Amino acid sequence: MAEHAARERLEKMLGSSGPDIGCEACFEELDRYVELDLRRADAERAVPGMRRHLEDCPACGEEYESLRALLEG
Amino acid sequence: MQPPPRADAESRAWISDLSASGVRRDDAIARLHALLLRAARFEVGRRRFLHAELRGDVVDDIALEAADDAVVAVLTRLADFRGESRFTTWAYKFALLEAAVKLRRRAWEGREIPLDPEQWEVFGSGEKSPPERAEQAELLDALRSAVDTVLTPHQRTVFGALALNGVPIDVLAERLGTSRGALYKTLHDARRKLRSHLAAVGLAIGDSDQGRRRG
Repeated sequence: MAEHAARERLEKMLGSSGPDIGCEACFEELDRYVELDLRRADAERAVPGMRRHLEDCPACGEEYESLRALLEG
Repeated sequence: MQPPPRADAESRAWISDLSASGVRRDDAIARLHALLLRAARFEVGRRRFLHAELRGDVVDDIALEAADDAVVAVLTRLADFRGESRFTTWAYKFALLEAAVKLRRRAWEGREIPLDPEQWEVFGSGEKSPPERAEQAELLDALRSAVDTVLTPHQRTVFGALALNGVPIDVLAERLGTSRGALYKTLHDARRKLRSHLAAVGLAIGDSDQGRRRG
């Protein structure tokens, strides 16, 4: 909805609520998470909170996308 | 060093070779460098279009530096490999991280980082309908008020740079002499305080369980 663009932008700026595993734990788990993801296993169950962090942290999100793309390559 | 028991055969061989001595270890390090250089080049290739101002030879240097640093990181942290992924996947992430961080920092070299709230470009410019402008003005007022009311000066700086102005977290960490993890924690705490404050004034945001905007 175009008239809610500002609200959507604000929601993105404020991230999601709830616990967040943080950048260090994200990096520690990234390789396992991506491999599980590529095998279509339940990566989020194996690493709870990872998906939320990847959505809220652009740098970690980019590194997830890169590792996934490299392995898929 | 003993390979972790759960590691696959190829990963165990990597750990054994890198933990050996002499020619066997040297050969393994050379193979590791080649592997990580491929990953670093892959990463700078993916991000090349975002950094059109960087010359080709500069980008190549960044990939090589990233591979060099990633090899050091992998060798330093070899005991941390738990065998929960393939060794190559585990090692790749160091090269991708090094390449991404170096690219972001190089792209921001010499650039001023907007830390002053007055420089916030929160919702961008461009054509907007009257309802859009009204909603934007209302949200902007609420956000400014929340930032001034509930955030500490450090949280204001971090939130302003990262969430409002899109400064890369590694770049800000370097400028402020802190770590990416510490900055993200600050950002997370600031976001939580802002969401809570906005919800209290009737502007529940995102996936808060307090529901959408009242009225």
